[in-house]
Amino acid sequence: MAITILIPTALRAFTDGKAEVEAAGGTVGGVIADFAARYPDIRRHLYDENGALRSFINIYAGDTNIKSLNGLNTAVKDGDALMLVPAIAGGSRRC
Amino acid sequence: MLIDSVIPKSRLTDLTNEEISRYSRHLLLPDINIEGQKRLKAARVLIVGTGGLGAPLALYLAAAGVGTLGIVDFDFVEESNLQRQIIHGTRDIGRPKVASAKDSIRQINPHVKVNEYNVMLTAENALDIIADYDVVADGTDNYQTRYLVNDACVLLGKPNVYGSIFQFEGQASVFYAKEGPCYRCLYPSPPPPGLVPSCSEGGVIGVLPGVVGTIQAGEVIKLIVGGANTLTGRLLLFDQWQMKFRELKLDKDPACPICGKKPTIKKLIDYEVFCGLNKPQGEKPVDTLTALELKERFDRGDRLQIIDIREPHERAIVKFPYARYIPLGQVARRIDEFDPSVPAVFICKIGQRSIFAIRALLDAGYAGELYNLKDGVNAWARDVDKTLPQY
Repeated sequence: MAITILIPTALRAFTDGKAEVEAAGGTVGGVIADFAARYPDIRRHLYDENGALRSFINIYAGDTNIKSLNGLNTAVKDGDALMLVPAIAGGSRRC
Repeated sequence: MLIDSVIPKSRLTDLTNEEISRYSRHLLLPDINIEGQKRLKAARVLIVGTGGLGAPLALYLAAAGVGTLGIVDFDFVEESNLQRQIIHGTRDIGRPKVASAKDSIRQINPHVKVNEYNVMLTAENALDIIADYDVVADGTDNYQTRYLVNDACVLLGKPNVYGSIFQFEGQASVFYAKEGPCYRCLYPSPPPPGLVPSCSEGGVIGVLPGVVGTIQAGEVIKLIVGGANTLTGRLLLFDQWQMKFRELKLDKDPACPICGKKPTIKKLIDYEVFCGLNKPQGEKPVDTLTALELKERFDRGDRLQIIDIREPHERAIVKFPYARYIPLGQVARRIDEFDPSVPAVFICKIGQRSIFAIRALLDAGYAGELYNLKDGVNAWARDVDKTLPQY
């Protein structure tokens, strides 16, 4: 099933500059795993050392955070869109 | 979410005739009126950071007649700030930002009392400083101060008007734990250092903080006047380049470590440690070369692979000699293009993203010698080839 993933500018360096990519899967977790397999350079940004999704990235299905739905097990269907919403901080070179 | 005014009626004082003339366009709005303007006059707002976001915040809140503005910044005005930090001017280069900002505020509205804090906001001083204010506007540029501002506001019960920017994208919300979610409900912890490039590496379009900071100023005014629909419980996303606003729902997280049902954070913590800044990572440190050491190796005629991982538009600003170009986002998948028998030196603007490239290559199983050019191309321009610009 084709799901659209909306990529924020902060992560587009890892998707060849694309603002939208497609990935497949029946759940949010499956779609994100397929996405990471297609763009291996983004893997480090999405998952921590233990393979858990990093907590500074939220995934929205429509206008709702998947944390308020069924997390990575949230079901998706053909034509759905997921949005990655990472924390952004601004200008400092300290962090 | 509709929020009542954060200013109690008992603090209101009358407006002078001069103030009535100055603020007449507010007084004509039935939703603000004399009473709203009196609330603005009584209000005390703390602006953390007088950079891109703090500039429109301070200018608009001063113009709007907020009685007391606190401004916190330990930084000095630099030339590269002026592309977006419109509260400062060319003649202010080298001055403390709070001094320059105070002059601009005075110029706009002499009725505003300005409290300058020419310090870094820290876990030691944050509660004392913030306790004196009704609303806090977060115009900071780094994660440790963001979490500090969030936590202090939750602990003190103050609303935290949030804005954040990167390249062409901005976020804004009102974090007010009494009424809705806080920043930690959305992001329980920050990215590891260096994972997300900063604006000093990734750039930012100058008008973006103008838009986002102005949205924040509007939210501050609404919290003070009261009765308006604020961004509490909503996250506003703005993309300047696509010219698109999106709105996402923000729920309070019952498991939030500071504003949830069973909070584990009951006082301010060490934010440098929390953000991983002085915690040795589980990973072994990356080997570095300074610009001068790299120059020595060039002069000796050492065989090296110089890999510039910057994007094409950055290479157009300054080229690095002898470099091959492999953008950061392609390093792992192009592992076969490296020769493990020859040491590889990774180059970026300030030596941050290049560490990431090295880690990505190590993750992918690369076994050759890898070095990071410390402080990047800017160090080369500073220490070796002084004809090159720093950017």
